[in-house]
Amino acid sequence: MDCRTFKIALSLLGVALLCSSAAADGDRLRLVTTTSLYDTGLLDVIKERFEEKYNVTLDIVSKGTGIAIELGERGDADVIMVHDKIREIKFVEDGHGLERRCVAYNYFYVLGPASDPAGIRGLSPSEAFLAIMEKGRNDPGNICFVSRGDDSGTHAREKLIWKDVGFNASEFNRSEEWYTEAGTGMGATLVMANEKSAYTLCDMSTFMAYQGEIDLEALVTEGDELLNVYVAIPVSPITHPGVNCEDAMNFVDFLVSEEGQGIIGDYAKDGKTLFFKAAGNCDIIGCSPDICAVPTSGCPAEA
Amino acid sequence: MDEISTGLIQAVWLIASLDPEVMEIAGRSLAITLASTALACVIAVPLGGLIHFQDFYGRRPLINLIQTLYSLPTVIVGLLVFLFISRSGPLGSLDLLFTPQGMVVGQTVLILPIIVGLTISALGGVNPQIRETALSLGATRSQAIVAIVGEARPAVLAAVLLGFGRALSEVGVAMMIGGNIRGYTRILTTAIALQTSMGNIELSMALGIILLSISLVVNLLMARLRGD
Repeated sequence: MDCRTFKIALSLLGVALLCSSAAADGDRLRLVTTTSLYDTGLLDVIKERFEEKYNVTLDIVSKGTGIAIELGERGDADVIMVHDKIREIKFVEDGHGLERRCVAYNYFYVLGPASDPAGIRGLSPSEAFLAIMEKGRNDPGNICFVSRGDDSGTHAREKLIWKDVGFNASEFNRSEEWYTEAGTGMGATLVMANEKSAYTLCDMSTFMAYQGEIDLEALVTEGDELLNVYVAIPVSPITHPGVNCEDAMNFVDFLVSEEGQGIIGDYAKDGKTLFFKAAGNCDIIGCSPDICAVPTSGCPAEA
Repeated sequence: MDEISTGLIQAVWLIASLDPEVMEIAGRSLAITLASTALACVIAVPLGGLIHFQDFYGRRPLINLIQTLYSLPTVIVGLLVFLFISRSGPLGSLDLLFTPQGMVVGQTVLILPIIVGLTISALGGVNPQIRETALSLGATRSQAIVAIVGEARPAVLAAVLLGFGRALSEVGVAMMIGGNIRGYTRILTTAIALQTSMGNIELSMALGIILLSISLVVNLLMARLRGD
């Protein structure tokens, strides 16, 4: 490598660094969110309206609930949107999150092939899971269940339903042919379940987005076990100095405002509603009035 | 077959219509990859030269180690860099996580071993007579080094090009360090991963074709640089 090539490399480096840092000015708010809220396009709409109102750039990182909470615990997120009540409460109790606010909900569906070999149509979610397991054990060639297996909110719900009917899902995988862990996002899991004509648990919005591309049908759509509540939590600046608390609070307040709730409730794709607003539905979704779609109590002073 | 042909058509359309979001993503991909390749180059080529021309204890094991790192998985580089630049990590105060600058750092770490290792190989491949001839003609030691480096230039450029290709095509570091933030850290590979998970197969194909086109153009430019 002679001097000339070296100089070219150096000047390229300069130009590229200039390019990549040009956009880095101004305040940024980092939201780490569960994939279903992002992949449906809802957060793109919210981002646009939120940025119009507040002078801040909203950076949306879309991951599963598990990694979103992990990033919150490390102080790498300013605000998180997730759907796993047990871990959310722990996140706040451990001092990583300031306060939970229920902002939206929809339902999980139990999907399966139209032929429904396990006969779950019309059963309750727990009965359906039990039927899939019992019949799957007898006929693993025809009846199987694909689990997310990625520590996401949906995976947590699967495990909760298995626990309800008396089983520990982590003991299934090693020995049982009918149970598969995909270890990937909802979309990829749907594609896999579709290829295998398997049963799977899926949130309503992702299922709607994939309708037409997959043959699986929603066989069980009702039951308390299928309620799916999305929550926003600002990360605590006391535990994690340096997080952008003020804008995080503004963001959560925007979500629970009339405007924010309106965007969530009205958001539709191809004429189909994907999410319901939390405001006015607090009883249905089991969120107490003090955390259900009400404004936050503001930022505490940094320690 | 249908998806493949519609993907091709859509790719041509996205390029021809200069779709602003696609152009922006492609431009960011190129800028970040060029930055990391240039940064890696500035560090790796002199380092490779140093290792080649110096005789020191442990030189052979060091080269073995560098060559082993060729197969460093991108997600492991992503994870390591993540642990360093996370707010809870030792370099957390730099605020590099989920920024384009952080991605440049990650990709640089990823391709450093390749460029260092192949630079050493390139210099080792130069006919030893050149050095001896230069010295016997009265050249100083540093003049001899310049002669050898000049002789190895095509092979060193090939090493840099390989590093560029690995940085352009990798998805692990970009996903973990960049976070695939729209309008900020989204690049071609992470956009492809996202579109595939959203079921937009044709768009993914189109983005893949654009990525290969960028690689083709860079290759042609490098070929000219090598040819002169």
